[in-house]
Amino acid sequence: YCIFPFSPHAPPHSRERNYNDEIETYRMESVPVEYGEYHPLKAITVTESKTKKMGRKESTSSNSSSCSSNSALDPLSSVLDGTDPLSMFAATAEPVASAMVKESSKKKLESEDHVGSDFEPWSSKRGEILSRYTTTEKLSIIKCSCNLLGKPTTPGSAVSEKVRTRLEELDDLEEGSQKELLNLTQQDYISRIEELNQSLKDAWASDQKVKALKIVIQCSKLLSDTSVIQFYPSKFVLITDILDTFGKLVYERIYSMCTDNRTSLPATFSPESVNDTAKETCLNWFFKIASIRELIPRLYVEAAILKCSKFLSKTGISESLPRLTSMIKGVGDPLVAVYARAYLCRVGMEVAPSIKESLNQNFFDFLLTFKQIHSDTVQNQLAVQMVEIPIYLTLYSPAIDWMLQCIAYRAPEALLTEMMERCKKLGNNALLLNSVMCAFREEFIAARSMDFISMIKECDESGFPKHLLFRSLGLNVALADPPDNDRLQILNEAWKVITKLRNPQDYINCAEVWVEYTCRHFTKREVNTILSDVIKHMTPDRAFENAYPQLQCVITKVISHFHDFSVLFSVEKFLPFLDMFQKESVRVEVCKRIMEAFIKHQQEVTKDPVILNALLHVFSLTKTTGHDGLIALFLLSLPQVSFGRDFEQQLSFYVESRSMFCNLESVLVQLIHSVNHLAMETKSVMKGNHSRKTASFVRACVAFCFITIPSLTSIFTRLNLYLHSGQVALANQCLSQADAFFKAAVSLVPDVPKNINVDGKMKLSEAYLLEFLSNLFSTLLIVPDHPEQGVLFLVRGLLNVIEDYTWEDNSDDKIRIYTSVLHLLAALSQESYLYHVDKVDSNDGLYGGDTKFLTEINKLCDTLIGQILEHLKALGKEKTLKRQSFLALQFFNSILAHGDLRNNKLNQLAVNLWNLAQKHGYADTKTMVKTLEYIKKRSKQPDSSHLSDLAARLPLQSRT
Amino acid sequence: HAQGAKTLGLCSQSVYHFAEVLSGVVVVMSKDPVQHQGILLTMEGSVNLQLSAKSVGVFEAFYNSVKPIQIVSNAVEMVKPGKLPSGKTEIPFEFPLITKGNKTLYETYHGVFVNIQYTLRCDMKRSLLAKDLTKTIEFIIHSLPQKTRQTPNPVDFTITPDTLQNVKERASLPRFVIRGHLDSTSCIITQPVTGELLVETSEVPIKSIELQLVRVETCGCAEGYARDATEIQNIQIAEGDVCRGLPIPIYMVFPRLFTCPTLETTNFKIEFEVNVVVVLHDDHLITENFPLKLSRV
Repeated sequence: YCIFPFSPHAPPHSRERNYNDEIETYRMESVPVEYGEYHPLKAITVTESKTKKMGRKESTSSNSSSCSSNSALDPLSSVLDGTDPLSMFAATAEPVASAMVKESSKKKLESEDHVGSDFEPWSSKRGEILSRYTTTEKLSIIKCSCNLLGKPTTPGSAVSEKVRTRLEELDDLEEGSQKELLNLTQQDYISRIEELNQSLKDAWASDQKVKALKIVIQCSKLLSDTSVIQFYPSKFVLITDILDTFGKLVYERIYSMCTDNRTSLPATFSPESVNDTAKETCLNWFFKIASIRELIPRLYVEAAILKCSKFLSKTGISESLPRLTSMIKGVGDPLVAVYARAYLCRVGMEVAPSIKESLNQNFFDFLLTFKQIHSDTVQNQLAVQMVEIPIYLTLYSPAIDWMLQCIAYRAPEALLTEMMERCKKLGNNALLLNSVMCAFREEFIAARSMDFISMIKECDESGFPKHLLFRSLGLNVALADPPDNDRLQILNEAWKVITKLRNPQDYINCAEVWVEYTCRHFTKREVNTILSDVIKHMTPDRAFENAYPQLQCVITKVISHFHDFSVLFSVEKFLPFLDMFQKESVRVEVCKRIMEAFIKHQQEVTKDPVILNALLHVFSLTKTTGHDGLIALFLLSLPQVSFGRDFEQQLSFYVESRSMFCNLESVLVQLIHSVNHLAMETKSVMKGNHSRKTASFVRACVAFCFITIPSLTSIFTRLNLYLHSGQVALANQCLSQADAFFKAAVSLVPDVPKNINVDGKMKLSEAYLLEFLSNLFSTLLIVPDHPEQGVLFLVRGLLNVIEDYTWEDNSDDKIRIYTSVLHLLAALSQESYLYHVDKVDSNDGLYGGDTKFLTEINKLCDTLIGQILEHLKALGKEKTLKRQSFLALQFFNSILAHGDLRNNKLNQLAVNLWNLAQKHGYADTKTMVKTLEYIKKRSKQPDSSHLSDLAARLPLQSRT
Repeated sequence: HAQGAKTLGLCSQSVYHFAEVLSGVVVVMSKDPVQHQGILLTMEGSVNLQLSAKSVGVFEAFYNSVKPIQIVSNAVEMVKPGKLPSGKTEIPFEFPLITKGNKTLYETYHGVFVNIQYTLRCDMKRSLLAKDLTKTIEFIIHSLPQKTRQTPNPVDFTITPDTLQNVKERASLPRFVIRGHLDSTSCIITQPVTGELLVETSEVPIKSIELQLVRVETCGCAEGYARDATEIQNIQIAEGDVCRGLPIPIYMVFPRLFTCPTLETTNFKIEFEVNVVVVLHDDHLITENFPLKLSRV
């Protein structure tokens, strides 16, 4: 039979619909939403604690009061702000109190024998020393060629023989039978020492204790060698690592001897509980070490196993420490001696931190021998090695710093004062002064800043580098506050010296530190001065190129203190400072930081032109690059830029932004959205009634979008933005502009390529196009016809475009679109449309159900249905029956939903489609049953009796 | 051993004194029963003297080595000839450490020309076809504490070019003043020798300062006696050009076995000395000698 029962001249009818009734009927029962309930999508709100707020208020008030020149202060609020003495006290006292409680409880937990976690351990110093004290000179190391495997001791030999051979072996090692490996690079040297460390562990593991001892002696001997003196601190680090390993191995060995099968020694044990064998072994170690010929190895190795004294007597350590301390007096080279002292302090802090006397004694002894540094022997050595005194002096710093850190740890103020006095008494004391500033508590130093400045000034120019002294002082005052009255003077005095530093590296290392202090205590004026000074120093000869990390650090410090961007950007030299970052990657990094800070701290919207211009400038610094991170940041920052009600200025900001970023697509997209948002904002401010002025402003917005969109490359972005902007224009009653947008969109559709790039993958574009078109149709429903164009001008245009578009050969997308258009046409033919735009008359209003209009719609429908049926027919021919069945059912559903089935022809078409769907057995029986049930159910509604007739005509074909 | 192993064990204490009891066990371990002709245990102590080539000439030294002086000797048959069962057999023993007559148990000492040594030897006699099994171990004797209380005997010293002996050209010597003191030259063997040394001035940089422990052994014999001083150990107390005017500690531990309380007998003498050796950078060697008297308390 024929499936095309009606002539094209008898147009089918759309079902008449009463949307309001339908809404009433089908609307879901509304459930009141309870607010305040947990909702997973709800943003987490962080409520600040009260004390924190107080603190911040206080600080801002002090900031703003000091820069009163800039912002007119509300006198009342400044008086009220943070001056409530009680709450201020509460705010500051609480953390202190809690810290005190913590401290005391911590102290209780820590036994006398252990250093607290507030002591910066040696391990954290290692890396810095290793990276700082390096050399390109060739090094030499002793290579032990003697039989390190140890002579096999004959099992029958008497005790004395064993002892004798062992002593001989030791001698062996100490005396000849070694070769020197010369001309090692620093890296070779380090790996050689690492090898020794490994062979120590291996020897120990294979029970060759004598060999292990030999290795340790050999290593510690290297510490008496000061050739390539610049490397000495690093050598010390490497070798004392080995010594530590050895000390641990010996201790663990003896400890394990105290453990019989059942019980092990408690962590804190008394010598009485140590058995005789363990004691004897321990004693043997000490005897063996006492017989080491050379001073330095004997000293270091004994210090390394000092902890083992615990096995022998309670007082062992407290007796040995002073003796070892005193033994160091025999070390002639002052550098070797000071590092030996540092090692002893290190061991002392580990095994007996309560014994402070030895720590102090070590330092006092060092002071006694301080003059050695300037002895002829040292001077001659430096001359031979061509090392200058300032460099030489800095080699001492790690050791002295460490000693002083040990001494200063939980030391009473009086002791620190005494130490300082002692240092003062010595002649050229810059080195000591520096170490005191490095090691002592910041509060202590900061409180005496003026004293230190005068001491620094008195120091000898030729000695320890002065800029290091100022750097050290700067580090202290950055962390702890000097007395109020001294603050400005400290800055002046320090900067007077810093600004005179000739070497840009010295200068920036120092300046970098003082920026923190300046930001902490002073206003933008001082910071500006500092920044401009830095620019002045670092610009000549492009010195900044070698100082990016420090310069970055300066910026970081400044932005971390100036949270108010209006203040920050009013620091005149801030933006010029950024010009020094000429290396692309660094500049981007810096700008990113600034933006991050802006986003983080700029919590309120801003319209300050200073900020905005500065922001744009910051961005212009990175505009040549396509760094996604930055773009994202810019996008994020846009919502914070707001001129409040001054929409025109906002628009001009966007215009300016556009000119700045004309090549950054994502920024442009964001700008278009922002401008659209602005237009809608304007509308809502005017409550929908535009004045002449706002109407023209809105048109300007629309124009902005219209001319910006074509410069984008992504076709779907353009399409969607045209649609979106068209909707905005429509909403703002800019009808002809809206038309223009939609026309642009329609005429762009033929350009949609077959494949598009989505997240780096090529994909077929049809699905996206389908989605876009469906969106467009929904909008076209309410777009009123242009009076000079024909009826449904846009829809027709679109249909032509769709008709001409080259669709995939085996896809039904075109038909799907036609189906959608049918739905649109059905909606268009209603007396009153489903939705409207406020203040815009859609076609329902314009035509008022004019028959001519309806005829036009019906004609279109007719054509479309013809097309669809043609396609269905084609599918039948091509043996693509499954698709045919599917499409037929889909079309049936459309007719059911939108068509007026009282029309016989349509009714017949539906029946035919139903049969077609089932004809070749591809229909899903379940779906068919459900569809039929639905029709029966609907037939029970008023005026729907015809549906039951229809249902009767729809047979269900059981599958065979 | 193929047939079995034998060990000789002393009780945990390894240092003995006069009149104490040396006790322990002989352990015989064997897979099979052991046939033997008796197990003998011998405890011996003797002084071995050797003449140095320097003192008496090369040949005399070789031929005329002095006969060892026996201090103590004691032998017992622990087990009569017979058969020991397979497995582990422990045979305990005890020796009272007593000498005959008025002989003293000298302290164990290992020197160059004088050696005082105590041994315990276990012999298992076996049939003609099998070798006898022997195992020897040394045990250590410490002499009894001195009865007379040692009073400290401090010595101060000053070394200048003028105080030196054995100098050929005094005029060519660099100038220096080194002062110091030893806390006592009467030393307790278990305690270190201590003192201080201070370089007041020195024209030439100092290279090293060392403490040299020296043993002085004297052997008497029919032809006269030989006296030889040899180094036991050398301990560096200062390295490099030390700070002027800063007291440097003198500290040396007496090594075990190689030192003993100063001993003077009719046949031999063991004495100790310490040399303070200052090596200058131009390799001048300045030595100051201090005889020590070692004792055990």
